[in-house]
This record gives sequence, C-alpha cells and structure tokens, in this order.
Amino acid sequence: MRDLIFKRLLSVCCILILLISAGMIYSLVSGSIPALSHYGFFQFIGSTEWDPHPERETYGALSFIVGTLLTSFLALIFCIPFSLPVALFTGEFFRGKKIATFISSIIDLLAGIPSIVYGLWGFYTFRPIIIEMGVNSQGFGVLTSSIILAIMIIPYASSLSGEFISMVPNELKEAAYSLGATRYEVIRTVTFPTAGSGVFASYILALGRALGETMAVTMLIGNTNNLPTSLADTGNTMASIIANQFGEADGLKLSSLIAIGLLLFLITAIINLIAKLIIKKLN
Amino acid sequence: MVITNPILQLKKVSISYTPGKNAVEEVSADIAEKKITAIMGPSGCGKSTLLRAINRMHELYPDIKTMGEILLNGKNILKTNPMEVRRMAGMVFQRPNPFPTMSIYDNVIAGYKLNGITLPKQEKDQLVEESLKNVGLWDEVKDSLFKKGTFLSGGQQQRLCIARALSLKPKVLLMDEPTSALDPIATNRIEELLLDLKNEFTILIVTHNMSQAARISDYSMFMYLGHLIEYDETQKMFTNPSDKRTEEYLTGQFG
Repeated sequence: MRDLIFKRLLSVCCILILLISAGMIYSLVSGSIPALSHYGFFQFIGSTEWDPHPERETYGALSFIVGTLLTSFLALIFCIPFSLPVALFTGEFFRGKKIATFISSIIDLLAGIPSIVYGLWGFYTFRPIIIEMGVNSQGFGVLTSSIILAIMIIPYASSLSGEFISMVPNELKEAAYSLGATRYEVIRTVTFPTAGSGVFASYILALGRALGETMAVTMLIGNTNNLPTSLADTGNTMASIIANQFGEADGLKLSSLIAIGLLLFLITAIINLIAKLIIKKLN
Repeated sequence: MVITNPILQLKKVSISYTPGKNAVEEVSADIAEKKITAIMGPSGCGKSTLLRAINRMHELYPDIKTMGEILLNGKNILKTNPMEVRRMAGMVFQRPNPFPTMSIYDNVIAGYKLNGITLPKQEKDQLVEESLKNVGLWDEVKDSLFKKGTFLSGGQQQRLCIARALSLKPKVLLMDEPTSALDPIATNRIEELLLDLKNEFTILIVTHNMSQAARISDYSMFMYLGHLIEYDETQKMFTNPSDKRTEEYLTGQFG
C-alpha cells in the first residue's frame, strides 16, 4: 500500500515536470507565431533589420543569431588551451592525487561564480585592458564577451573532459608503455584517441552553456543591433537582446523576442542532444 | 639446477608497494634462453609483481620500489632507459587489450607508431604479415586488416596482442596470466602457439593454472608469500618437488 502511494507520488511529480516543460514550449511557440507568420520563418531568421519605429516596424533575428554563434564558438576556441591542460592534469598526470582534487575543486568553484559577477569583473577590470590594447574605444564587443565567456565555460569543459580522460583503462596505457612509449606518446596515441569522443562531447556541452549565457554577455557586448563582422565590433546575442528589450516590448516586437527565445532554445537543445548522443554511444 | 648462458638474471630482486613491506623478497633466478619458464603460486604471492619488474612497469606507479639487479643479456635493466627495456621485454597482459582506436594492422605495428619510428610501407606490410603468421592469426584476419581489432574474439584479440609484442622482436616475452580471461579452446590455441614461439623467443609466463605450467613450461618457479620457494625443471618439480610447500601446492592442499 505504502509502496503504491509512493509510486503514485513520484509519477505525479514527474508528469508535472513534463507538463511544465510542455507548457513552456507551448507558450514560446504560441508567443512567437505572430512574428513568424507576419515576416515568415525564413525572412525572420535571414534578416538583419531591427527597426522598432512604430510606422515601419521590422524585426529580423540574423544579427543576434550570428552574435550568439560567433561569441560562443570563439569562447570555445579560447577555452581549449586552458581547459585541455587542466583536464590532462587532473585526469592523467595527477589522477587520484590530492593535488588533482584540489585543482579540480578550485576550477569547479569558477562554475559557481554568478554570471553577474563575471559581468562586473569584465566590465570594470577586463574592459579597460581591452581599451588599453586598442581593440576599440569603449572596450565592449565580441572579443570582450567571448573571452569572459571562455573563462565561464572552462570549468564545464575541463571537469567533464578530465573525467573522460581518467576513464581510459589503465590496461590500455600499460599496453602502450609496455611497447616502449613515452608518456607523451601514450597521451597522443592512446589516451586522446580513446577519450576523444568524450572530450569532444564535453566541449559541445560547454558550447551549449556559452550559447545561453546572458548576463555577463549583456554587460559586455555593447548591445547594438547590427551584424557583427569583426572581433572589435559590438553587437547583441539572442540572449542579450531579449534581456535588454523585453521590458518595454509589446505586440510584434514582443512576439519577435519570444521567437528569438524559441530559436535559442532550439539551437541549445540540438547542441545538447548531439553531445548526449555522443556520450551515450560511448557508454 | 644450473642454467648455462641465461638470457635473464634476477639477483636479489625485492619489490615493495609500501615502504618496509616487501611483496617480493630477494628473488634470485637465472632464466634460460628460448625456453618457457612458468611462475606459479597462489594469489598474492608476488608472481605478477616480479614479472612486471622485468619490463619496469612498476615505474608507472611512484609508490612501488624495485631493488636488486635484473640483468638482460648481462646488462642491468634497472640502470637502462625504461623505454629501451620495454622494447626488449615485450608484455602480454591478463585481459586482451588491443588499442580500440586502431585497426588490426595498426595494432600489430603499434610499437613502431608509438615510438615514432616510420617504416617504409613494404617493410610494414611484411612485419604485419610475419607477426600475424607467428601467432597463427594471419589466415583469419588477412582480409580484414583495416578493421578495428576489438571486433575479434577474445582469443583472437589475445593473439593480436602477442603479435603486437612480437613485432618489436623482443628478447623476452613476459606473459601475465595470458589465458585467464579466455575459454578452453582459445587457451589451447595460445598454449600451442607458445610452444611454437619458444623456437625463437624466451618466454616467461605467470600462471595460476598448474596444469598449464605442466603442459607447456620447461622450467617452473614456485613462489609463496613473496619468496621463491623452488625453481627447477618443470618435470622434476611436478614429479619430485624438493620443498614441502611446493608439494602441498601442487597436490592442491592450499592455494
């Protein structure tokens, strides 16, 4: 009897969560229909126009899609030279040692810093460096946001990929050593290829993080509604345009913002799905 | 028993995992060239530990200390570059461990790839064919050389691993219970293979399977609690052991 009640209770909770998710997707879709049907789906995602003037209201998402993808992929590239060594350090060189646990808990701490704190640090400490470097006069823009994003996703990329590296069976590494390989050769020809797809999946998950990151990027990207064409350009990401404009939006503009939200959700969901599929295939 | 012209000499070899506590205690033995020498003993007696000292596998784990001298062709391997030692002393492990990301072909020449040695294509082909023929795998895999080695059966994988070790032309082949993960038929094939291989290679095999030792080895060591209790010609040890503990072990009274 008690088992049955417990089971029912669990089922109800699970179904509730599913319903909430379904409701969210429903409101995203229904909220974005006015904009998507007014401009047409492909027109909407293919246009860089963002003109809120009441008489000639035109909204297109392309600038923000590009802004999001550009900053996220750059962040991914910038984070590799830092997260890969950390992953090797904790997963291979000092696997199971106190120092590895220490390093990974420090790195994990980075993941716990609120986004707004990264934003503040980026705004007051990092942005002046960008100005000093002469990238642009205000220090805002794609480069600034990407670097901060990179720092933010390092913990995700390094801890998961470190895990995959440490999962490479000892017997494989011993087999390589027994053939006279050096540690570097073992890492290059056995550890990396064996952990390869797991490491790749870790980076895709980190990319998923970067795509949806809002606050720090909003504070640093410059919030201009143009298509960014260089690292020094300012712009907006899908998340930052929503954060900036939803407060005073209504009608077609609100619907356009919701449509951007829907697109962001889809992109992130697909990226995460790909990563999960790769990981699932590994196990 | 005197071994003339031993290829491998162990001199007072002691190995410890924790300081002050030896898992292997002053083992001295000469190993005959182109013979099969079996190391037997109950679990935890130090037989694998001793074997892994010979290709300096223990150095991958900083806590393990090896003392004494191990001479391969008269040269102390504990004072030689470990990479060089490992190329001279090939190893086959308990469970087949072909490299899962490499094809059968690449697995065989993995020793060369890992060491950054590039061979001309023709030489590689020849080496792969010769090594696979050595282990009787050539006819079974010659049409699927570029498939992954992990698709083979357990016994085939183990023979692939032996081919991988042989391709470097080692002076001795160290085998750590190479058939313990295999079924009887695959085990049988490996045993036959070892009898063939001893024409060319010196084989040192750790086994907890006494009948295996009796079937294939020329010389046997019996280890107990880290000590080498008895070392003799296999035939003599199995018919007329000189130590009471050996006799008890061989007759199944403990172990």
